[in-house]
Amino acid sequence: MNQWSNFSKGFFKENAVFTLLLGMCPTLGVTSSAIDGLGMGLATTFVLVMSNLVVAVIKDFIPDKVRIPSFIVVIATFVTIVEMTMQAYVPALFDSLGLFIPLIVVNCLVLGRAEAFASKNKLGASVIDGLGMGLGFAMALTILGSVRELLGSGKLFGTIIYPENYGMLVFVLAPGAFIALGYLIAFINQVKKEA
Amino acid sequence: MEYVLIVISAIFVNNIVLSQFLGICPFLGVSKKISTGIGMTGAVTFVMVIATIVTFFLQKAVLEPFGVGYLQTISFILVIASLVQLVEIILKKVSPPLYQALGVFLPLITTNCAILGVAIMTIQKDFNIVESVVFAAANAIGFGLALITFAGIREQLDLMDIPKGMKGTPIALVVAGLLALAFMGFAGIV
Repeated sequence: MNQWSNFSKGFFKENAVFTLLLGMCPTLGVTSSAIDGLGMGLATTFVLVMSNLVVAVIKDFIPDKVRIPSFIVVIATFVTIVEMTMQAYVPALFDSLGLFIPLIVVNCLVLGRAEAFASKNKLGASVIDGLGMGLGFAMALTILGSVRELLGSGKLFGTIIYPENYGMLVFVLAPGAFIALGYLIAFINQVKKEA
Repeated sequence: MEYVLIVISAIFVNNIVLSQFLGICPFLGVSKKISTGIGMTGAVTFVMVIATIVTFFLQKAVLEPFGVGYLQTISFILVIASLVQLVEIILKKVSPPLYQALGVFLPLITTNCAILGVAIMTIQKDFNIVESVVFAAANAIGFGLALITFAGIREQLDLMDIPKGMKGTPIALVVAGLLALAFMGFAGIV
């Protein structure tokens, strides 16, 4: 596999959200606005790239039996770094993402890539894989966030598109998350079939 | 009275799956049949209550006195992961029938964000130990209620004529959305 397809598979062919259905909790939980979705996506991308990098470096020293716990410690370390950095520099985003920042630890996407890719591949390829999958995840979250924000409150990245009282409030609430994602996945399945 | 409020709020008003979005992976993954839904609920209840008790004491007895609160994420996930292993080993020895029933679900629970989420939430809400246990148990029941209801609907869904593009995950998500809409009706009763 060349480096470009290694990078680009995360966006469409093996997109974490639309195809593999990994990391659904943050996908549904933080996408009530596009900017929250983007912030969550980038935080996850950072954790994914760094944990893939470290796992690729240390994979030869870790006994096979304690593989998973070791990966979790590596991931949790970077999650803590992200948590503290966000609290210091973007407190507003930190507050709106809330509980979902520490929960990046149990995002199956991050552990999944460490186990399925970084523990078997070289350093460079692992970093590119992490970057591609992470940005693909961020893209999916931003799309879902944009759809919900536009339909729900008439805004896009905070810019008013149409007056808020014409919006369908349900899309920024919990049920809208499930319904919007359901129709997005149906749309993507359809596009894939025709392509 | 206070405990009743915690229970009702955790099960219905702020349902852990349908309004807090925790534990979505098992909610979508093991909800094809009611029987597996019940098994998963049992395993989650068991681990959630034990994990909450252990992490509660970890926070109060270790992290806070030594001023290392920033290690919360790392230490909690390690405790939960090892606890799941421990529960698996003990169950296998002590109660083989229970192990038979819950066994397959236990490894899946480490990456169930509901467990870590509830453990962190009890700390954030500043509950005492009794409130924490009640809160954890109520959340587990809420998880079970959502999961088993959803599994029941999905069993019926197999018999329906669904447009091709909506089959599988999309229709399941839309159904979950409608279920969440129904649960929104409980808003405001507490």
